[in-house]
Amino acid sequence: MHPITTAHYLVLSAILLVIGTLGVLTRRNIVIILMSIELILNAVNINLIAFARHLGQVSGQIFAIFVIVVAVGEAAVGLGILIALFRNKETVQADEIDLLKW
Amino acid sequence: MNFLDSIWLIPLFPLFGALVMLLIGKRLDPQAPSAVAIAPGIEPVSDEHGGAAAHGGRELHAGHGGAHHSPATRWVIRLLCPGMVLVSFLFSVGAIIQLASLPERVHQVVRYTWIAGLPFHMQDGTLARFSADFGFLLDPLSAVMVLVVTGVGFLIHVYSTGYMEHDGGYYRFFGYLNLFVFFMLMLVLANNYALLFVGWEGVGLCSYLLIGFYFHKKSAGDAGKKAFVVNRVGDAGFLLGMFLMFSVLGTVRFLDVNHVLTSGAFHPEEGHFGVLSAMALLLFLGATGKSAQFPLYVWLPDAMEGPTPVSALIHAATMVTAGVYMCARSSALFQLTPETSMIVACVGAFTAILSASIALVQNDIKRVLAYSTVSQLGYMFMAVGVGAYWVAIFHLYTHAFFKALLFLGSGSVIHALSGEQDMRRMGGLKDKIPVTFRTMFIGSLAIAGIPGLAGFFSKDEILWQTYSSPGGSQAIYLVGLITAFMTAFYMWRLMFLTFYGEPRMDPHTAAHIHESPRSMTVPLTVLAAGSVVGGWIGVPKLWSFLPDSFRVFEHWLEPVFVRASAHAAEAAHAASHQDAATEWALMGLSVAVALCGILLARHLYLRKPGLADALQRKAGPLYTTLYNKWYVDEIYDFLFVNGVAKGGGSWMARFDSRIVDGGVNGAGWLTRGIATVSMWWDTWVIDGAVRLSSFMVKLLSYPVRILQTGYVQAYALVFVVGALMFLGYYWVR
Repeated sequence: MHPITTAHYLVLSAILLVIGTLGVLTRRNIVIILMSIELILNAVNINLIAFARHLGQVSGQIFAIFVIVVAVGEAAVGLGILIALFRNKETVQADEIDLLKW
Repeated sequence: MNFLDSIWLIPLFPLFGALVMLLIGKRLDPQAPSAVAIAPGIEPVSDEHGGAAAHGGRELHAGHGGAHHSPATRWVIRLLCPGMVLVSFLFSVGAIIQLASLPERVHQVVRYTWIAGLPFHMQDGTLARFSADFGFLLDPLSAVMVLVVTGVGFLIHVYSTGYMEHDGGYYRFFGYLNLFVFFMLMLVLANNYALLFVGWEGVGLCSYLLIGFYFHKKSAGDAGKKAFVVNRVGDAGFLLGMFLMFSVLGTVRFLDVNHVLTSGAFHPEEGHFGVLSAMALLLFLGATGKSAQFPLYVWLPDAMEGPTPVSALIHAATMVTAGVYMCARSSALFQLTPETSMIVACVGAFTAILSASIALVQNDIKRVLAYSTVSQLGYMFMAVGVGAYWVAIFHLYTHAFFKALLFLGSGSVIHALSGEQDMRRMGGLKDKIPVTFRTMFIGSLAIAGIPGLAGFFSKDEILWQTYSSPGGSQAIYLVGLITAFMTAFYMWRLMFLTFYGEPRMDPHTAAHIHESPRSMTVPLTVLAAGSVVGGWIGVPKLWSFLPDSFRVFEHWLEPVFVRASAHAAEAAHAASHQDAATEWALMGLSVAVALCGILLARHLYLRKPGLADALQRKAGPLYTTLYNKWYVDEIYDFLFVNGVAKGGGSWMARFDSRIVDGGVNGAGWLTRGIATVSMWWDTWVIDGAVRLSSFMVKLLSYPVRILQTGYVQAYALVFVVGALMFLGYYWVR
C-alpha cells in the first residue's frame, strides 16, 4: 500500500479545480455554477492544507479557514443575487440573462 | 476745537440735509403731490387759493393756514434744513475767528488728490502734471463769501419755512435749497479752479431745478431751460480759460496761480500779453454767464419764475455773485492785463445802465428787482474792472443784505396779495403789512444810496474808485452815476406803486391782505438791520474823523489782493492828497442824484399819478423799447434760438432719419447678415463636426460590441482564457 503523498493531494486538488472551472463555464443553471465555484474554492483549500502538512506549518490551515469563511459569504451573496434575479426574470438560467452588455 | 482743519465739514452739513430730504423727504411730507394741482398762471404762493378755487370758490379760503394741515413730520424738515445751514454758519464763524489769529490769514486743507493727470509738456516745454485737489482754502475772501452764503442762506431758509408752507413739494424745495448751499460752499471754499468749477456747475444745476420748481407751468420750465443753456455758454468760456491756464501756468490752484503770476515770470509786454488776455477774457466770459452780465444776462429776469426765496438766495444774494468772486479770485491775472480789465469795467457799466433802464418801466415787482440785481452786479464788475477788488466784494456783501431783503419783502407782498405780482394792481399797502413795509423801506433807502445805510458806502466807494483809480475813467463814472439815479428812481417807483397811494387790487384780494407769519418777518427784520449797519465796516477813507476800525473790511481783504492794494493804495494815496475836495463833491453828487431819483419817483407816482402815463405816451417808442427790454430777447431769438429751433430742427430731423436711423438700420442689416453666415457655419461646420465624431465612434465600436455578449459565462470564459494565457506564457518561458 502506497502512502498518500503530497502529490496525491495536489492531483485531487487539480481535478477538483478543473471540474469546478468547467462547471462554471458550461453549466446553465446558476445554482450549479455557484456549486462549481464552491468546488474551485475547496480545491484551493486542499492545496493549502496539503502544503501546510508538507511544510509542517499552520499558516496554510489558517488560510483555509479564511477561505471557508469567504466562501460562506460568497454563497450567501450569490444566492441572494440569484433570488433577486429570479424574482425579476423568472429564470435561473445563465444563458437567458444577457443584461451585462454595453 | 480746531475748526480750521475741518473746514471741509462746512459744506457737508447742508449736503446731509439735502440727502435726507431727497432720499426720504417724501415720507416726511406725504402731501407732496398736491403741487401739481395748482392752477397755472398764478404764482403758486397762493397754493391755498388754487386749491380752494379747484374746490369751487375762493370763499372757502379764509385767512391762511387753514387750508390743509401740515403733517407733524414737517417739523423735521423745518428744523433740519435751516438747522444744517445754521450749523455751517456757526462752524464757519468759528473757523474764521481762528483764521483771523493766523499771521498770514490763509489756511488750506487738502483732503486728497481728486484728479491726478499724466505728465504733460507745457507751452514753454517744461513738464507739468495736471492735478486737482479735493482741497479747501479759507482766506479772507472766501471767509466773506462763506459768511454771506451761510448767514443770508440761513435767514432765507427760515423765511422759506413760512413762505412755502402752502406749497406742495416742501421737502423737494428744501432738498434743492440745501443742495444749493452745499454746492455754493464748495464753490467758495475750493482751493483750485477745477473744484470751483464743480461748485459752479452744481449751483447752476440747483438754479435750474429751482427756477423750474413749478414745473407744471410751461413758462417756469422754459425759464429753467433758458437759464441752463445760457449759463452753459459762459461755462464753456470758463472751462477753456481753465485749460488755457493749466497749459500756460501749469497749475490751477489759486495760491500757485497767484504765485506764478506775481513772481514776475509773466509780463504782458514780453509776448505773454495775448495768452494772458485770452485767459482773463475766457474766465470773464464764464463770469458773465453766471453773474448775468451783458450779453448773457437774459436768463436772470426769466429766473423769477422760481419761488421768491429762490430769487432772493440764488438769483440775488449768492449764486449770481459767484462770477464776481471768481474774478476777484483771479485778481492777479486781471491786473496783468489792463486791457481786459477795461473790457470788464465797460461790460459792467454797460450792463448796469442797460438793465437799470429796463427796470424803470417794468410792472412786475420781481422783474424790477431782477433787473436791479443785474444792474448791481454790473456795479461789482465795474469795481473789478477798475482794480478795486475789495470794493467789489464789499458791494457784493452789502448787496446780499439789501437785495435779499427786497426780494423777501416782495415775496411777503406777493404772499399778502395772494399771488399778485403786477404793481399796477397794488398800492396802499403801507399800513396793512407794516413790518414788510418798514423793512422794505430801509432796503430801498439802502440800495438808493442814502448815507448811513449799507448801499451808500459800497456804491459810493465804487463810484469813487471808477473815478479815481488808474484803471478807471470819467466816462465809466458818469455811467455809474446815471445808473445810481435810475436805481433810486425805479426802486422808489416800486415803493410808491406798492405801498403808497390808492389800493388798486380787486376787492377779493384786498379782503385777504394779511401780514406774513413771524417765520417770514423775523428774517426781514434781521436783514433790514444788516442793511443798516452792514456798511459801517467799510466807510470811506475820507471820513477821517472815524477810527480805523470802521474800515476793517478793506484791511481784512488786504492779504488776498496784495498786489491790488499796492496799486490801489498808491493811487488812493495820490488821490487822497490831491482830491479830498473832489471826493467830497462826488459823494455829495451821488447823494443828490439818489435824492433826485426818489423825489422824481414821488412826483410821478404819488403826487401826480397821471403825469407818468402822459410821459409814457409822449415818449412812446422809447417806452416801448424799454418795456420790451431793448428787444434783446427777440434779437437772440432771431439770431440763435429760432435758427436752432426751426432750421436746426429740420436739419436735425434729416440728420436723425438719415444718419442716426441709417446707422441703426445699417447695424440691424449687418447683424442679420452676420447671423445668417453664423447660422450656416453652425449648421454645417460645428454641428457637422459633432455628428462626424459621433458617427466615427459608432463605427469604431462595432468590433468591441461583438465581444460584449452580456452572458456572464462568456465573460468568465474570457477570464479563464486570459489566466491560461498568462500561465502558458510563463510555462513556455
